[in-house]
Amino acid sequence: MYKLKFNDKVCATCPSSDCLLKCQYMTFSGHKEAHAEMMKIIRGKDSRVLHECATCYACEEYCKRGNHPFYLISERREEKGMFTAARPITNQWINMTEMQGKFLVGDIKDKALSCCYIPELGVLGTGEIFKDVAAAGVFGAEFMCPAVHTHFAKMSVIKERLPVVIENFRRLGVKEVICLHDECYGTFTSIASAYGMEVPFKPVYYMDYLLERMKELKSKIKPLNITVAYQRPCSNRLIPDKLPLVKKILKLIGVKMPKRVYQDENCLCCGEVIRSVSGYKLADDVQKRNIDDMLQTGAEYCMFNCPACQMALAEKVSKRGLKPVHIIDLCKMAIGEKEREVA
Amino acid sequence: MNDVMQSLIDIVGERGVSNAAEELWFYSRDPGVLEPHKPDYVVAPKTTEQVQKIVQLANREKIPVVPMGNGMALTGLVIPLKGGIVLDMKRMNKILEVNEKARYAVVEGGTSQGVLKAYLQENYPHLRHSIPDAPSTTTIAANVALHGQGRLTNQYGFNSDMVTGMEIVLPTGEICLIGSPSLGPYWFSKGPTLPDLSGLFLGWLGTTGIITKLGLKLFPNKKIREVEMFVTDKAELVPEIFYKLTHLEILEDVNAWFQPKPLIFKGNFHITIYFTGDAEEEIEFKRRMIWDALQEFIDSKDGGFMNVQYTKDMLLEMPQRGIANFADVPKGGGFEYSGPITIIEHFPQYAAKVIELAKKYDVLYASSARLICGGHCMMFSISFAFNRNNPAMMKRVKEALDEATAFALEMGAVPWKPNFMEQQMTMKKIHPATLKLMQMIKRNLDPQGIMNPGNWEVI
Repeated sequence: MYKLKFNDKVCATCPSSDCLLKCQYMTFSGHKEAHAEMMKIIRGKDSRVLHECATCYACEEYCKRGNHPFYLISERREEKGMFTAARPITNQWINMTEMQGKFLVGDIKDKALSCCYIPELGVLGTGEIFKDVAAAGVFGAEFMCPAVHTHFAKMSVIKERLPVVIENFRRLGVKEVICLHDECYGTFTSIASAYGMEVPFKPVYYMDYLLERMKELKSKIKPLNITVAYQRPCSNRLIPDKLPLVKKILKLIGVKMPKRVYQDENCLCCGEVIRSVSGYKLADDVQKRNIDDMLQTGAEYCMFNCPACQMALAEKVSKRGLKPVHIIDLCKMAIGEKEREVA
Repeated sequence: MNDVMQSLIDIVGERGVSNAAEELWFYSRDPGVLEPHKPDYVVAPKTTEQVQKIVQLANREKIPVVPMGNGMALTGLVIPLKGGIVLDMKRMNKILEVNEKARYAVVEGGTSQGVLKAYLQENYPHLRHSIPDAPSTTTIAANVALHGQGRLTNQYGFNSDMVTGMEIVLPTGEICLIGSPSLGPYWFSKGPTLPDLSGLFLGWLGTTGIITKLGLKLFPNKKIREVEMFVTDKAELVPEIFYKLTHLEILEDVNAWFQPKPLIFKGNFHITIYFTGDAEEEIEFKRRMIWDALQEFIDSKDGGFMNVQYTKDMLLEMPQRGIANFADVPKGGGFEYSGPITIIEHFPQYAAKVIELAKKYDVLYASSARLICGGHCMMFSISFAFNRNNPAMMKRVKEALDEATAFALEMGAVPWKPNFMEQQMTMKKIHPATLKLMQMIKRNLDPQGIMNPGNWEVI
């Protein structure tokens, strides 16, 4: 069984305790308390963090010293038999993502276009932008990044399934896997690495691919001249080095993204997992603050990276006058392939 | 051509009657597991007077008459067990009146749920009726005649409780008005304050008369409908969850359901909670009330709300088409259930029985329960899907359903829309004085025993 590579000494000597002090869902009196709680977790003792963590993934980004606080919290929760969400909800996720031999594999050569286990991604990964790789799509639980189980403190499921997913891609004989799901890229880079799993192909983040394609299609781009607020997904916390891509892509297609309170490192979760883990009061509060903040920028669109966030927030932002749209669809709009979204 | 055929043609015209082999084949069966049995004639009247004449003819000739809506009860209630005339009511499909302020509609006896729904949406969008989760082509009169349930059953009781008057063609051919229409032009009450004679026909499954007109309560159609889904893996908690939810007195409908496939549903009991409102604030207030009511189960990690965004459109459909999808899981589109009406405390025992039966008879289950009138009772559907082209599977399903009915009777439940064999099981268990009263009613209303014979054969 794979084991989390976690360096206790890095935390023991941490001068900041940013992983906990920056948390948007828990408060600590200062470095001393936060540090003490982290050390309790490392030593396998009970900590209020294990009971209060909303599973937003953000501490993975806050830690600049290369440790994996969120994975450790999830490991400890599982070791203690704790459930973050209700037991039936946790098991529902395990059951619904079980591999059953029902998957789709396109015409694969050296590249695959991963649609994870999210049907919407199959629709997004089409058209002029994806014309060279759309036929190489793969979809199904057999190719799904199992990172979602981190929310439910079921690291054992990840350790069991992720090697199988990696092996399934290896058997396809691909050199590159373009990940349309932000979380897939985060899984193949951050989680696999944290658990010492070898990835025998090059994971390609779809926004890297998107940026290159939009540069190639520059002559077709008609600037959209719109304003968006970006809903950054939890999994993007696993790959903060990829954050600048959003601005680069938006610049190319003539989209403004005014500064707001809850963006970049200070972004808020879409709220749906929080609803399961911490209850509706916190989820409603997070979603309200988030949407209020989007609106105060004068944004017309709420732009998504993750279809799960989009599913969680689309109706709510629409009701408040923001048009929900995925960044890929914005690019399709810019090259005239798609009508402008309506609320 | 025989005399009966000619007489029927004289009554309804040539296009309204048939004894062609292909028609008789079609009218000899329903989608359930019971053996088919052919009628001698299929007749489709257009007026009450035609129904009256057909019944008078049937009395003279001592021919069975089986009134039929859309034939979707699934328990063989319109299979003509002793041949005779199947009276297809679907051509009597007019909406005769909507009294907006008194909130009732008067419809003909063959009017479908879909026709009334569409009519109200177009002409009275702020009114609605209690739509069952059956195809839109099923008829309103048949639904109330078998004490059906619908979307508003948790709020207002069985759909038959929503009847506001009836016109009946009695088995002897008289046309009889029941309730307020027997005294004046208004169809606002099926009984009170008169003796409630509607009970002579509701629940009798077409064995005591033919409903040719029906008054039905309508209810406010709120601007917004919403849904939440609570999930637990402990059947023993479901009655308490029901109790907490019904205490709120704000819910349109509450259904609990469980099935092993697809895997997302495996091992859990799902409670679908419907609520309505005229403003977002009202909806959000109600949503918070629902979540708060079940907080103790969330705290104990025994239950939680699942995200319904992906399935919301399907869940909010009226009627829901998901049931038809389930019927086709084993391919062949067969589906039947035993639906005892019972107390909510018995949910765990019924749930265990379903799983036991599915294993014993090697069949696929998908069970559900709908709360009735704020939780006074529930309809627990013990449902099995089957392939209609697989007689062995159909036999196993039938045996499982028979055992389910026997279990339900042991548990003190009342079988809902029982097939003729389940009716016999019920009559064996029913109190002798109750059976005697039923015999007196049947004998007096249908002295020739021509109405849907084979069903409720108390004599």
